[in-house]
Amino acid sequence: MSNAQTMLGNSNALEGGAETTNTRFKPKQFWRQAAGPAWLLSALITWKWPDADDFPATNQLAAFLLATGLVLIALAAAGRLKDRAPWAFVLGLGLGVWELMQAKLLLLPRPFFGTPQDLLDVFLTDWKRLGNSLFHSLLLLAGGYLPGSILGIIIGVALGRSQHVRYWVRPVMRVIGPLPPVALLPLAFVVIPSARWAGEALMALAAGFPVAILTWSGVSAVDPAYYDVARTMGAKNRFLVLRVALPAATPQIFVGLFMGLGASFAMLVVAEMLGVKSGLGFYMQWAQGWAAYPNMYAALFVMSLMCTTLMTVLFKLRDHLLKWQKDGLKW
Amino acid sequence: MVNSTQREAPLALTLSHLHHSYDTPSGSRPVLDDVSLDVEPGEFVALIGPSGCGKSTLLRLVAGLETPDAGTLLADGTPITEPHPSRIIMFQDPTLYPWRTVRGNISLGPDIHGEKNPEAVTAAIRLVGLEEFSRAWPHQLSGGMAQRVALARALINSPRLLILDEPLGKLDSLTRFAMQTELFRIWKSQGFTALMVTHDVEEALLLASRVLVFSPRPARILADIHVDWPEPRHRENPRLQELRAHILEQLETGISPLSLA
Repeated sequence: MSNAQTMLGNSNALEGGAETTNTRFKPKQFWRQAAGPAWLLSALITWKWPDADDFPATNQLAAFLLATGLVLIALAAAGRLKDRAPWAFVLGLGLGVWELMQAKLLLLPRPFFGTPQDLLDVFLTDWKRLGNSLFHSLLLLAGGYLPGSILGIIIGVALGRSQHVRYWVRPVMRVIGPLPPVALLPLAFVVIPSARWAGEALMALAAGFPVAILTWSGVSAVDPAYYDVARTMGAKNRFLVLRVALPAATPQIFVGLFMGLGASFAMLVVAEMLGVKSGLGFYMQWAQGWAAYPNMYAALFVMSLMCTTLMTVLFKLRDHLLKWQKDGLKW
Repeated sequence: MVNSTQREAPLALTLSHLHHSYDTPSGSRPVLDDVSLDVEPGEFVALIGPSGCGKSTLLRLVAGLETPDAGTLLADGTPITEPHPSRIIMFQDPTLYPWRTVRGNISLGPDIHGEKNPEAVTAAIRLVGLEEFSRAWPHQLSGGMAQRVALARALINSPRLLILDEPLGKLDSLTRFAMQTELFRIWKSQGFTALMVTHDVEEALLLASRVLVFSPRPARILADIHVDWPEPRHRENPRLQELRAHILEQLETGISPLSLA
């Protein structure tokens, strides 16, 4: 194969062949050198092998695969392609296999299974509406998750610090908290005049409950000696809450924030599918109604990208705020 | 603050007829029984007694973290009703805040009072010899270093009374010896009044100018011993052995077989 040729040729140039001989198989070298060519191979299949049906955007797909392949080859030559090389290789090859199976040989039932060019076509022709939907989803999410989380932290701290708050709020939490917020959706749509506000309120509830519980648990677990140390130096309640209880409970609060974010995603999609007339959930519902499966897949892809990006942002925030911890889970 | 030119006058302490008890599931349990005590400004008083006899409770009362059931506590003639930065307590565990660096932990007192005093923080770090670790996180410190940070965190408040609740209790013996010397040196140079609970008779005799022996719970004062031996104090000094034997004898008379059960 031509890949093997490139691999042998370049491994000499990169490593200088200090002690190892060129004939021995080196997996790291292989991944780095083969990632780009894998994409080129997929581009070649896409371009030269005739489509089984009249699919849109085949040439654009080939161009995209070609460009990615060239970029990967350049990165490998510059020594910038390291840990991600195996993934880049598998992705390139995987796209080629998908292209071959569906666009060239039609092995899977249509229209439920689209082709790569179908998907690309959606992004090329409908990117405005997708972007708009993404924007509205983010807006809705922010309007529910952020106030819900802040409220959850406040309630959690109050639960952890005050006997009175515990007495009155705990029973309410126990009744409403474990209920899936989705179950309240029909009620919320009736009680709250705007579907948008109803969705946001339920998202706030979905995020607020785990955040409040975990914050409470974190604040309750604070070593009482931490308070004594500050009190003996003259600290008042404000300092004890904001500068002792809150930082000490931060690891737990973040567990709540992660759980709340997941619950908010679920609530977001349901709200958009059932009442709110915008956003990615609405787009998916609409696409499915018109049997526009590639559009549905595209929206799903964008949604997954949105969720993973927001999770990553939250992880980065946590890593920054909890850099004092010995170790933590890496996302 | 820490620097000696701005030193605060040491505190005089007057405790009279203190009674205190804790509520437990099996009823009220007395821990202090009519404890009276006068501490002169600048004294270093060590409290010795069996475990759980109520010495730590006494320290918490003096710090103002708790109020006694009966009796009065006076600091320079003024009743103690709440904690005050002039009376700083240091615990057996360093209880450093893990989310603050060494420097951040030491500047806790100034932070609480909204003061910015980087020079004082630096001076306090230097006083306990941790210049190289000022940016370290608490989990990166050894037990001895962590306790030195706790000491610096206490001293930056220029306490007029330093309350020490077995501060060296959990350290290994080598670190302990080094910290004893350090504590003594700092007490000498800063001139505060010190009140220290310890289980180590030798430690009490090396550091304190006065040793109080407590009975088992509820705590009463069994003996009040002035430690009158010259400095520098060395472990090998025969006077230490005499005093040590005397105190152990007092402790044993206090612990009858009945009270142990």
